[in-house]
Amino acid sequence: MYNPTVARLTCRALLGRRRALILCALPALLLVVAAVVRAMNGADDAVTSELLGGFALATLVPLIGVIAGTGAIGPEIDDGSVVYLLSKPVSRTSVIVTKLLVATGTTAVFSAIPVLIAGFILNGNSQQLAVAYALAAAVGSIAYSALFLLLGTVSRHAVVIGLVYALIWEALIGSLVPGAKTLSVQQWALALAEKVAGSSADVNSSVGLVAALVLIVVVTVGGTLFAGQKLRTLTLAGEE
Amino acid sequence: MSPDRTLGHPTAERGQDVIHNIGYRGYEGPRLGRSYARRALFTQSLRGTYGLGRSAKSKVLPMLLFAAVCVPAAILVAVAALTKSKSLEAGYAEYVLLMQPVLGIFLAAAAPQAISMDLRFKTMPLYFSRPMERSDYVAAKYAALSAALFVFTAVPVLIMYLGALLVKLDFSDQTKGAAQGLVFCALFALLHAAIAAWIAALTPRRGFGVAAIIVAITVPYFLISALQGIALTSDNSSAIGWLGLGSPGTLLDGIQSRFLDGRSGFPDAQTLTGAQGGVYLVVFAALVVCFYALLLRRYRKAGL
Repeated sequence: MYNPTVARLTCRALLGRRRALILCALPALLLVVAAVVRAMNGADDAVTSELLGGFALATLVPLIGVIAGTGAIGPEIDDGSVVYLLSKPVSRTSVIVTKLLVATGTTAVFSAIPVLIAGFILNGNSQQLAVAYALAAAVGSIAYSALFLLLGTVSRHAVVIGLVYALIWEALIGSLVPGAKTLSVQQWALALAEKVAGSSADVNSSVGLVAALVLIVVVTVGGTLFAGQKLRTLTLAGEE
Repeated sequence: MSPDRTLGHPTAERGQDVIHNIGYRGYEGPRLGRSYARRALFTQSLRGTYGLGRSAKSKVLPMLLFAAVCVPAAILVAVAALTKSKSLEAGYAEYVLLMQPVLGIFLAAAAPQAISMDLRFKTMPLYFSRPMERSDYVAAKYAALSAALFVFTAVPVLIMYLGALLVKLDFSDQTKGAAQGLVFCALFALLHAAIAAWIAALTPRRGFGVAAIIVAITVPYFLISALQGIALTSDNSSAIGWLGLGSPGTLLDGIQSRFLDGRSGFPDAQTLTGAQGGVYLVVFAALVVCFYALLLRRYRKAGL
């Protein structure tokens, strides 16, 4: 199910060129902001929770998920070079699974680790907030990668659709409208953070832990299976 | 240096080398010149942002987004009519700010289509083989993007204005508000089009351009909003105004609440002090000029 060559090629596509710049710029921004806020305010759990939950988990993780998830397969389908990959005796499912692993790894590295560091900068991991949010970011990145990888195989406009979903659904509706919260990856990840964080910390998820884990697994497995199916019947379209 | 001679072929037998006149005709019609080319590029780009003159598939997204900004405006009017209130639920400029996510998506779809595609399909040399200068190309594209965004924001404002008149809200109030709203639309379009055009000009890949524009517009906005929230909770509320300089969205929000009688979207509905207002205007002008200059600079060299 794991093909090292596909993994190497995907890694190179993801981390090469300017994509890597955005991937580095976003976490760097978070760290700079964390440092500035700490210098301005001192350590404060509420502020930490607001910055890590309101900015990092709501905006940063989905964005990095979009870039890594669609970037793992989108450009190849876009410029047609995916036929060289598909014509090799490698099962389509293992192509997808490998790409998912690479995308998940990239998203987790570029989101969970900066979140952890930012948490330590902000309040020195008091109430376990840094660990809680980093764990949430890591688990969220699995679901995001599967979702956006699927999107990359389904649509040529995967980046646009992914960004619309990430910013409007996750960042805006997911944090404002109560009903939409149960269907947002962000809230599922928050459920985990709620469990890990100290009891007096202000981390609230609208989904229970078990339900959240089940939903994450369903989305990840379902998305991967469907993406594999989609890759099996892929038709290459020309420029519009 | 004819190769014939070196090989020793008899050249005299082939006769005189002549260019035969096979009936090509020179162009004798009017030469329409730079300004015509500029205008043509402007209209073509403007139409292109809404998918007009392109395939049916590429009309879907802009038209859906256009509906998405217009329908809530109509709903606001309907609510005002039903509740018989004295004013609309949202101010004109406030409405534009509320619609920012949709505007961002529209801009992110439009700018790479208008600008990156010329780089990708290498049509730039074709433009510049016409009597057209670099500055003409940049001016036409920037004007087209600004106009597209202005239309995109001004139409819902006009819908609200006409609706407000139909449900007999106060005429002078609404006219003043709508005029200020239109000024705000123009400011919004000028700034965002400059940023998006420059980003789109940096890359020949549409997907990358789309992503970069959305990220550049929304991430600072969310970040600054979060920081303003933190400044408010930590009793540091004088910092809110200065923080607002950090993103295009909050910059415009500050300008509209200070100069255009709008409701402030800042935490605690803070408005700017006099000094902050001046700085906001200076930063706004500097950003527009700066991004336009960067865009001009980008085309000084061919290719990437």
